[in-house]
Amino acid sequence: MSDQPDPRRFLETDRADGSIYNDPALFDLEMDRIFMHNWIWVAHRSEIPEPGDFITTFVGPHPVIVSRDRKGAVHVMLNRCRHRAATVCEQHKGNTASFVCPYHGWAYGLDGALRGVPHQNGYGQDLDKASLPLVNLRVEEYQGLIFATFDHAIPDLDSWLGAAKPWIDLFMKQGAGWPVKTMGEHKFTFPGNWKIQLENTTDAYHFPIVHKSFLDSVDQETQDILNFVGGTGFVEDLGHGHSVMVMIPELVDLDENLDAPIPERFLELADQLAETYPPEKVRQIIRAVGGSGFNLNLFPNLACSMAFFRVLRPLGVAQTEIRHIAIGMDGGPDIANQARLRLHEHFQGPMGFGTPDDAEAWDRVHRGALAGRDIPILLNRGLAHEEKRADGNLYSDVSAETGMRAAYRQWLVAMTGEPAEETVA
Amino acid sequence: MSITLDEAVALITLEADLLDHGQFHEWLGLYTPGGRYVIPTDPDAEDFENVLNYAYDDAEMRAKRVERLLGGRSISAAPPAQTVRLLSRYRMLADDGDTCTLRCAQYLKELRQHRERDYAANITYRLVRTPDGLKIDLKVIRLLIATEALTAVSYIL
Repeated sequence: MSDQPDPRRFLETDRADGSIYNDPALFDLEMDRIFMHNWIWVAHRSEIPEPGDFITTFVGPHPVIVSRDRKGAVHVMLNRCRHRAATVCEQHKGNTASFVCPYHGWAYGLDGALRGVPHQNGYGQDLDKASLPLVNLRVEEYQGLIFATFDHAIPDLDSWLGAAKPWIDLFMKQGAGWPVKTMGEHKFTFPGNWKIQLENTTDAYHFPIVHKSFLDSVDQETQDILNFVGGTGFVEDLGHGHSVMVMIPELVDLDENLDAPIPERFLELADQLAETYPPEKVRQIIRAVGGSGFNLNLFPNLACSMAFFRVLRPLGVAQTEIRHIAIGMDGGPDIANQARLRLHEHFQGPMGFGTPDDAEAWDRVHRGALAGRDIPILLNRGLAHEEKRADGNLYSDVSAETGMRAAYRQWLVAMTGEPAEETVA
Repeated sequence: MSITLDEAVALITLEADLLDHGQFHEWLGLYTPGGRYVIPTDPDAEDFENVLNYAYDDAEMRAKRVERLLGGRSISAAPPAQTVRLLSRYRMLADDGDTCTLRCAQYLKELRQHRERDYAANITYRLVRTPDGLKIDLKVIRLLIATEALTAVSYIL
């Protein structure tokens, strides 16, 4: 293991070495130390609402099945038969009573227990089925967000999320009183390192530059709302690599400011909703449709990003998959959910008016970072006026790189196993 | 008078040619005012309004998409990718005289930033006869890869 890179070499408080994006050995270390020893987001509750429901996904590079058993408990299991390792399920989602390996027919329950082995007498007494379930990961859930980890020693999800929890609570107000549900996703890859994407979710600075053509395509009122760089928003380090970037302070708590005027682009929808709902509820729904005014970046793979979930998955040192999962109101009015779907399509995904331009920027960061040697990536924006809140959280202006510094601080903790106090200058 | 396969193929071949040659304003004129341009994420979807699509464009969104590609203010479309698309395997699924449904295959190559990428798709058109000639009332592009990961598409499929 002598050729293992020293993560400290790649990072200082206010900068990173360009090779942090493209060192293959560093990537291998990340897949172990970050993606096998932290809570990784795998699913939203609404994706597996009923007993027998399952989806297949990944924890880092590891294929997993997320299932709900007959008693309602959620399991996250490696998608790997205990016999000869074949994946036992290749469907994106479905409902089943069992997972049967296609190779030799070993059958597993929704909790991963090995139930049946064809021609078991061929093993004599050498097969203890109880000791050969699908390998279960540790699973915990907060506000419908399901996380899993390989590591049985790390603190529980509650303490890991910590100061991020109130922000998750605020984000879920987009249900307008109904539970939040997922409504499909856009999935795409870009040829670059996953950390470039991680940074972007806490980067307000790029918005008016990269998203000019999106801003051209919306009305003046929306343009004004999105003109937040230089505004009163902020970025706050929430600990454990999590951060929040508040772009539109008026849209932090969607249950407040219900007296605010309804934006012009939602007037027609409000009129239609008024046929069914009282005025106060109409305003609550309308505010929920518009989405939250902040991005909550949860280290390392989930963001609750204004109006959708952003999920990243490293595919290789220079290849990353991104999912933009649309969310809506489970049981809420169809016309309101339709409005949310159209807003999602407008900006997000590989054919949106926003995402392709983001992807172009990330692509260029990755390629540019291959140029030269020993040239730093700057992470110092907003540092000059960064301050500490009473609870100790660092914060700075909305376009500060405080959230990136927070993520990289945790990156170093995870990569070295040393606490933040000792690793940060 | 029914819509012939030749008429229908002539229209959608014109559309393909306009898109490959960046004549996007002319492309807008091929659609009915109420026409839709749809790229679903779910290959089995029919009720596009109630599900997430990659694109679900009415006339206004199509015009905005064209403006985005020609405006020079989108870094992923300055310039847009070059494309070459082939249409084939035409089959008339229905024809009631003024409206027809045609299905075909599309294979498209794009070149951008020194990279070639390709997309295969089944396309279903609803074409209608109007006083201004045959127009596209609905185009549904069902990408073979719709349920998998795409890459950024800053052009018109």
